Amino acid sequence: MEITRRGFLTLSGALGSGVALSSLGVDLGPAKAYAAEINKMQRVMAARQVTTVCCYCSVGCGLICSVDRNTGKIFNIEGDPEHPINEGSLCAKGAGFFDLTEANKYRLRKVLYRAPMSDRWEEKNWDWALERIARLVKDTRDKGFVTRNAKGELVNRCETIGHLGSSNVDNEECWLMSVACRSMGLVYIDHQARV
Amino acid sequence: MTNHYIDLKNSDVILIMGSNAAEHHPIAFKWILRAKEQNGARLIHVDPRYTRTSARCDYHVPLRSGTDIAFLGGMIHYILTNKKEFRDYVVNYTNASFIVSEDFYFKDGLFSGYDSKARKYSKDTWVFEKDAKGIPVRDMTLTHPRCVFQLLKKHYSRYTMEKVSSITGVSKEDLTKVYAEYSATGVKDKAGTVCYALGWTHHTTGSQIIRTMSIIQLLLGNMGICGGGVNALRGEPNVQGSTDHCILYGNLPGYLKMPVASQDTLTKYIEKCTPKSSDPQSANYYQNYPKFFVSFLKSMFHDKATKENGFGYSWLPKMDDGAAYSLMHLFDEMYKGKIKGLFAVGTDPSVSSPNTAKVRKALENLDWLVGENIFDNETYCFWKGPGVDPAKVKTEVFLLPASASMEKEGSQSNSGRWVQWKYKAAEAPGDAIPVGEITIKILDAVRALYAKEGGKCPDPILNLKWDYKDSKGRFDVLKVAKQINGHFLKDTVIEDKAKGTKTEFKKGQLVPTFDMLADDGSTASGNWIMAGSFDAAGNNKMMKRGKDDPTGLGLYPNWSFAWPVNRRIIYNRASCDLNGKPYNPKRKLLEWTGETWVGDVPDGPWPPQADKQKGKYPFIMKPDGLGALFGPGMAEGPFPEHYEPLEGPLSKNPLSGQLINPAIKFFNSDLDKVANADAKFPYVCTTYSCTEHWCSGALTRWQAWLLEAMPELYVEIGEPLAKEKGIQNGERVRVSSVRGNVECVAMVTKRFRPFLVEGKTVHQVGLPFNYGWLHPKDGGDSTNFLTPTVGDANTFCPEYKAFMVNVTKL
Repeated sequence: MEITRRGFLTLSGALGSGVALSSLGVDLGPAKAYAAEINKMQRVMAARQVTTVCCYCSVGCGLICSVDRNTGKIFNIEGDPEHPINEGSLCAKGAGFFDLTEANKYRLRKVLYRAPMSDRWEEKNWDWALERIARLVKDTRDKGFVTRNAKGELVNRCETIGHLGSSNVDNEECWLMSVACRSMGLVYIDHQARV
Repeated sequence: MTNHYIDLKNSDVILIMGSNAAEHHPIAFKWILRAKEQNGARLIHVDPRYTRTSARCDYHVPLRSGTDIAFLGGMIHYILTNKKEFRDYVVNYTNASFIVSEDFYFKDGLFSGYDSKARKYSKDTWVFEKDAKGIPVRDMTLTHPRCVFQLLKKHYSRYTMEKVSSITGVSKEDLTKVYAEYSATGVKDKAGTVCYALGWTHHTTGSQIIRTMSIIQLLLGNMGICGGGVNALRGEPNVQGSTDHCILYGNLPGYLKMPVASQDTLTKYIEKCTPKSSDPQSANYYQNYPKFFVSFLKSMFHDKATKENGFGYSWLPKMDDGAAYSLMHLFDEMYKGKIKGLFAVGTDPSVSSPNTAKVRKALENLDWLVGENIFDNETYCFWKGPGVDPAKVKTEVFLLPASASMEKEGSQSNSGRWVQWKYKAAEAPGDAIPVGEITIKILDAVRALYAKEGGKCPDPILNLKWDYKDSKGRFDVLKVAKQINGHFLKDTVIEDKAKGTKTEFKKGQLVPTFDMLADDGSTASGNWIMAGSFDAAGNNKMMKRGKDDPTGLGLYPNWSFAWPVNRRIIYNRASCDLNGKPYNPKRKLLEWTGETWVGDVPDGPWPPQADKQKGKYPFIMKPDGLGALFGPGMAEGPFPEHYEPLEGPLSKNPLSGQLINPAIKFFNSDLDKVANADAKFPYVCTTYSCTEHWCSGALTRWQAWLLEAMPELYVEIGEPLAKEKGIQNGERVRVSSVRGNVECVAMVTKRFRPFLVEGKTVHQVGLPFNYGWLHPKDGGDSTNFLTPTVGDANTFCPEYKAFMVNVTKL
């Protein structure tokens, strides 16, 4: 996306507020912030811009992620002014969207495993975890599988495994989960839509 | 939402009830304010607590938690007594004129057919009289004593101003003000809408609260019009989509019904699930159910689903008839030790589920737990939670790192049913991958084991179509999106007799609309309501960013895709009179030109109702084609009735001998205690969120900026109660229910005022539900230690919004 009206408006806004603040005089903070804004503005203008949708409530506000072309990292996220619903504005959570990226030190980066009776997490790799999970799923399913219910009706279900989530993943992921659960015969299937 | 967010600007009166839109849906609230700025709309806030929403509305009306049906029932009484209904609409577009069976009755809080032992109704008498052709008998004068209109009038005649005021704690002046202003929208050129949220759903009567409002909207002719409808402001980014794809025990994608054990063949299932109508003017669109269901089975099992094997119907799990498997049932069974393994994807039930003490104890009974998320939370870490000795917990726990929203491509559906495409901006950190890819890889590994070792009922696992990876072995989101939309599985010619056209489609081509799905196995569609999210050429309509607005009503038909078939306001044929002319020419949503409909995508192509040969009624998804004032589908009765919450301040229902909802299920473990009208827990309590945190706080508590703004748990206490208890603002207090307690900061406020209920003063307090022990360390633990394991009789949505507590100084 080319920088057009949005870039112009933001830039003029930054200039205006910067001038207003620095004109107050004594504090150097505003001047620094002004310089940082100018710097960020230049980076935004040079960035690859990618549209996304907010991940909190269900209004579906549009956002633009600015991605540094050299590092491939997101360095700024703001409301999408072209979006008909939010018209560029965001609430406090949406405005803090950037803090969900890898810039947040608490993000999970490794597969973690907690062994029975253990008091700590240990790091594992995907292959190990997938193999172990598949083994547990299969053993639990096979052991608890109900082919016929008390009335003798064919039910082909697994009552010993539950699945919760999620309304904060994408549609395609939801559909995969919905179908995967049914193929395994799960019936205890639920998520946030009910709570 | 029947309508969509931008459409809120088209309203003349907006009732916000059971929602704090200004704080929880700030951008939606912008459109509410625009209605005020542009149309001079009246904004009314009805809520137990004065909030920022109240501050921006014309006025605020406080009501006691759990009394919404009484409040709204009083409005129905007001409308009918003062003849405020939109007569033309009610007569023609609702079932007001239908004659109900003479065996139907309502007496002292109970409808006919109640079985007190099973706490369930037989609905045999909740039926309409039909003529020889099987068409419901109607009295268009609405005077027959057993017509729906008269029964409705009779039912709500008990909801007098005095009675409603005494139950709800709302003054008669306030009741009259709201009723008069809102019911003034029952005319052609005015639109009234309602915005609700968890404040309505979190009750044992939640579904019926919403139905009461739907009845009001039908009486006032507010359904299907611009600026009208019944609008849920939902709380999760893709909760519409996750509901549409039905990661829910009772439904399959597209709201198809989950089969039950007695439906042992596909034929029996189809027979049971496909509604019938003998009325030629009813479109009864769900008569196409077999096409949607067979296409779904084909999407699951592809070539393995054949006509001979019932398209793999027997491979689907079957629920026991009448049984439920909701979140509360799951934790109840887990507490009993019957659930051995759990997947918890993007969720934190250890904070968000009712009766936290029971939930956390239940988790200790698991053999294994698989978590998938972007941050750790109290559920994945339950084995080291407060009071838990890890050395005694046998559970194997896996915590799998997931990509965040902006690190993956895919679609998200907002409450207005807009399915918007989002793009991947960056790689996820470390070993994190999208949840879709985790799902694929786990099932791949399970399939490999079944292929190698065999096992119990391997067919549905091995026969599942599961090829959603790209050439590099990564999650191919477009492949899934197209599978959801659906394909032709053989070369097909679709003939449109009305238009006299024939269109050829090749095998493998995408289905451009669900009208073209078939029940013979020649089409596959993972979710019929999403058929049309792509066109036949493969263009992804969810990506559309067109800003044109030809109607000027903010429909933005070329921005994203809205299900169904890009219809922006559902039931929109009801915005026009019998001849298809808009009731309100100033907000012309749809108009019949004599040959075709112009405006929004209409609810079907048929001419308007006045054409007795080809015309159809507007509510095409209802078997009778009309809005249901009488709704026999509900668990606790065809007309909503006020019942007290499971835990409340009263020992007797002022309206009947039936204190609580007669159809709710009780959970009876040793941790499921209840204390109704108990002097030890004298205050009504409710729960809510704040702008800075989201749901359990499992994402937002890890963000420094948001946490700084809202750092810890608090309880809001009205000034009179605080004075009575000697509690100062900022002091630490303990809030306790019969099930558990939490410690937090007291916020003494004017926002909660005591209610006068049945002649007695009742205090109400409230807490946010955004905190948990894991992070921040001193932020307080889950408010759900207080809440009971009980839910709505239809949906099992828990009653988080009304229960009883005590507050003591620490």
